Amino acid sequence: MTTEQVKVLAVVAALVAIIVIVPNANSFVILLFTRALVFAILVMSLDLLLGFTGLASLGQAAYLGVGAYLTAILATRYQIGLGYDFWLVIVLGAIGGAVLAAVFGLLAIRATGVYFLMITLALGQCVWGLAYRWNSLTGGDNGINLRVRPRFGINLANEVTFFYLVVGFFAVSLAAMYVLVRSPFGRSLTGIRERELRMRILGYNTWLHKYIAFIIAGAFGGLSGVLWAHTAGIVSPENLVLTTSVDALLMTVLGGAGTLVGGVIGSFIVFGLREYLSTVVPWWQYVLGGVYVLTILYLPTGLMGIPARIRQRRARSKEATEERKLASVPP
Amino acid sequence: MRAVDAKFWLIQAFNGISYGALLFLVGSGLSLIFGVMRIVNLSHGSYFLLGGYVALSVIWTTGSWLLAIPVAAFTVALVGLAMERIFLRPLGFDPLRQVLLTVGFAFLFQQAALDIWSGNNFDINPPNVLTQSVEVGGIYLPLYRIFMICTALGIGLILWLVMEKTRMGAAVRATVDDAQMARGVGIDTSRVSMFIFALGAFLAALGGVIGGGFLSVYPGLDFEILPLAFAVVIIGGMGSLGGAAIGALLVGLADNFGKALFPEISYFTLYAPMALILAVKPTGLFGRE
Repeated sequence: MTTEQVKVLAVVAALVAIIVIVPNANSFVILLFTRALVFAILVMSLDLLLGFTGLASLGQAAYLGVGAYLTAILATRYQIGLGYDFWLVIVLGAIGGAVLAAVFGLLAIRATGVYFLMITLALGQCVWGLAYRWNSLTGGDNGINLRVRPRFGINLANEVTFFYLVVGFFAVSLAAMYVLVRSPFGRSLTGIRERELRMRILGYNTWLHKYIAFIIAGAFGGLSGVLWAHTAGIVSPENLVLTTSVDALLMTVLGGAGTLVGGVIGSFIVFGLREYLSTVVPWWQYVLGGVYVLTILYLPTGLMGIPARIRQRRARSKEATEERKLASVPP
Repeated sequence: MRAVDAKFWLIQAFNGISYGALLFLVGSGLSLIFGVMRIVNLSHGSYFLLGGYVALSVIWTTGSWLLAIPVAAFTVALVGLAMERIFLRPLGFDPLRQVLLTVGFAFLFQQAALDIWSGNNFDINPPNVLTQSVEVGGIYLPLYRIFMICTALGIGLILWLVMEKTRMGAAVRATVDDAQMARGVGIDTSRVSMFIFALGAFLAALGGVIGGGFLSVYPGLDFEILPLAFAVVIIGGMGSLGGAAIGALLVGLADNFGKALFPEISYFTLYAPMALILAVKPTGLFGRE
């Protein structure tokens, strides 16, 4: 087996373990995993941009917000999406995210580096501003409460059933993005990340590549939003604030950008710290802030980068000892 | 009817300008930091909030509002200085890591503020002299807002003099224009960065103390003021003082008129132009190429 196959097997095994173990735990744990998995879809979508295309977006929460508000408004106003038409809303949410990304991408894609950070921040704030202020549509600061979860043959009000559904969506998203980044298109994205100018000289339309990646990420963001609305049962501007986008970015970097799975680990760690640790100790945010600062200072490649760093260090120390041996041999 | 209309516009304009004065204090520092170091400092809102909190502590212990202003500003300037020296400088130039590091600190500051000052809303009460209103042409203007405008004007003037007339200012301008060349001609850009970062924190904290008089001080204020400060920086142009002043004025006015005229999309009308400006001219309206 190649190392790649081992890695895929490990991820599948981890997923199976989660599916087997979590439903037997208490409802607190089930909800924690559900939330982390839903948010992980958004984090992976960000990793497509950050880790594979080299675009650090500070406004990814906007796409989650569009999906979530779409779901909440359709459900509470038009009673759409509470039966079999839930699947329609899933599709609409993804399309909503993609359309928003298509509009925003036109403005943002040309920018690079810090300017891309800033423009995505501004665009994210636009969406937040609408959610926060457009009372008649979004319920303003209070947001929108979803009273019931969909029911179609299966009843999603049941936590475990809903958890299975979320795991399903997560697995499909992960698989789809995995296939995407290993496709020729995904390889070109990595090429753009490494050196855009070279790709352009080779004849690639780098703008279009980045634009399409941006739209795909937006679609997955919208999908995560639909699920998030039903997970939380409430959609509010809180889901769209700058700190939510920042969270997604930090989770990606914490786990390791450019690995897809790293962001998932980051999501689990942060949700775990935030929702579990906060019930145990009042100073949990120090731990979270500390983890962020230490990761960025000492683990620029994230948790997933640890094995590679260890291997590098070992190789280096081996070289050093060999050099010392050579040096000690008299001529 | 016409008189009422004119009054409405005048009052809104006055409120917008005074809010812009506050935003200038926060935005000018952020703009200079960005111009000199190319750092997107997401803990700038925290400096604003910390400034307000430190001022509260000083007021509670000594009862002096006048003393609270410099103490808060210098304390937070020291915090900024330490952050730049110990954490940001060793990172080197890596925009993403710098941004994330400043966010990490914003979270740490948030928790620290919550622990030290609790989660309650506090007002910073200025001396009685400043709480009165003056009547100008039939309109009552709160003296405190006039004080805010004067402070911003004063600070702006001092900053302009420092930037244009002193050696340090020249070094800062050179670093904004081309850091590599500046190093080449013997300017210690590391010292310039340190100075600017501390100055930015100082100005933000000053804004926090003064803004605490009418926004009050509460957890979450840090991330509310931060995007507005970025709007100022982007509209005005990064690293440009005059740009920051115009940007602050525009954002202050847009915010006030937006809320008064079309409340449902008021933030949209603020951030959409910001995004458009960035898309068309990334260096901002008045930024240098």
